[in-house]
Amino acid sequence: MTRYIKKALADIRSNRFLNLITMVTIALSILAVSLFFLFFENLGRVLDGGDRTGRAMVYLAPEFSETMRPEVESAVQDMAGVVRVAFVSKDQALARLKNEMAGSTQFLDTLKESPLPHALEIQIQTRDGFEQMAAAVEQIESLEMVESVEYGEKWLARFLHLFHLFRMTGYALGGLFLLIAFFITASTVRLVFYTRQSEVEIMRLVGATDRFIKMPFYITGLIQGGVGGILGLLILYVAYLLVGSGVSGIMGDLFDVNVRFLSFTAMGGMLGASTFLGWFGCYLSLRQLLK
Amino acid sequence: MNLDTGKNAIIRLFNVTKHYGGKPALQNVSMDILPGEFVFVSGPSGAGKSTLLKVLYLAETVSDGQILIDGMNLSRISSTRLPYLRRRFGMVFQDFKLINTRTVFDNVALALEVAGKKPGFIKKKVMHVLRITGMEKKAHVLPPTLSGGEQQRVAVARAVAGDPDIILADEPTGSLDQESARRVLEILLAYHKKGVTILVASHHLRQLEAMVTGRSIVLEKGRLTSATRLDPYTV
Repeated sequence: MTRYIKKALADIRSNRFLNLITMVTIALSILAVSLFFLFFENLGRVLDGGDRTGRAMVYLAPEFSETMRPEVESAVQDMAGVVRVAFVSKDQALARLKNEMAGSTQFLDTLKESPLPHALEIQIQTRDGFEQMAAAVEQIESLEMVESVEYGEKWLARFLHLFHLFRMTGYALGGLFLLIAFFITASTVRLVFYTRQSEVEIMRLVGATDRFIKMPFYITGLIQGGVGGILGLLILYVAYLLVGSGVSGIMGDLFDVNVRFLSFTAMGGMLGASTFLGWFGCYLSLRQLLK
Repeated sequence: MNLDTGKNAIIRLFNVTKHYGGKPALQNVSMDILPGEFVFVSGPSGAGKSTLLKVLYLAETVSDGQILIDGMNLSRISSTRLPYLRRRFGMVFQDFKLINTRTVFDNVALALEVAGKKPGFIKKKVMHVLRITGMEKKAHVLPPTLSGGEQQRVAVARAVAGDPDIILADEPTGSLDQESARRVLEILLAYHKKGVTILVASHHLRQLEAMVTGRSIVLEKGRLTSATRLDPYTV
């Protein structure tokens, strides 16, 4: 094996330019795919929520009276996933509305009593995603004295739809980049092979097996893929260090979530994919060339 | 003409025919070559000398007939077994077939590397054959910097490095001056004396025939036309 590795390294040295092009192409492809991963990993964390809870308003029925409050509050509090319950009386709700509408509240002053319903402001766990919240809301809606529950489901559904669309586009573009890298790797192997065709012919004449001929190419492919992958991730990491803190500040303000670099699993996956790509490009090219 | 020397032959050809696009290069060639024999294959250009050697090391397959190498039928050899068969041959070509980007040492070492020999053994063996061929001092230079005669001696060193049973030499002195040709032939003769079977294809054999005891066969238009036993003391 040492012999094959030495030969592969010598081949890389003697075909520096071609090998460099391949490594840079793989690096750029991995950079593009990793960027998508970075985006989706962080967006996923935003969706999970900074504190992993979601807010919902439980509007109570007109027949509700303050005397029923302990019983209703306790029923909601006992629901799976509910972490906090705060009662908002109809008067408190009106006061909030006035506060939010600032200067244009004269017509509200004409009201004899608050037309708004009593409500419960609740926080629900979303650790397992927004589906968990939807399930809790459904249970709460079935309670007596509960008129309706609002948690921005329409907005959320639209956002989730958009997120999935982004994700699919990301997968498609990532796949495309990897495919381009694969074709370039395969083409490089072909070019290197053609420059060494007479050498391969001589090797065969002196009794070299296909394995003996292929191994240095395979190792070259693995090195190209591995180095390309590391290079791509390094570029992304440098970019993350340069702009990450700024983006992190904005994200922190908006969603209570900081931007994090790729997880070790994702980095391992990227490195594995790029190394495989290098090898697979070699494998398919040689299979055709050495027929 | 049939040159049958019996079942002990290391190379046996039975009615070997080879066509290139309908044009015959070899026609019904049958002969036996004994272990340790020195055989000259002569004849004019296009007579089939190179083709005869090519079908022996399976660079070409025969159109008809059969070839046995030490009892192995070449038509039944799979592509995975072919490299192992080729390691039993040492091959020398008119155009040397050296890898120009590798040093003399590496070119010779290749014959041992493909056989999976250990680096220590390879180093020892390569230096040994380079000493025999007089190329020891040029071990670390690249072939293009050498003269034709020197390159051919490197090719011979590579051919003998793996201790082959058979050496096939296709016009080994064709592009060399008289002195270089003599040195190459002397190396081949030295290995012949060690018991290696040698086949040399060449169209100018006078110099060769004067040096060795062996057999000379003549090909004309792909057919074996004559065979003569050579003895340098009677030439």
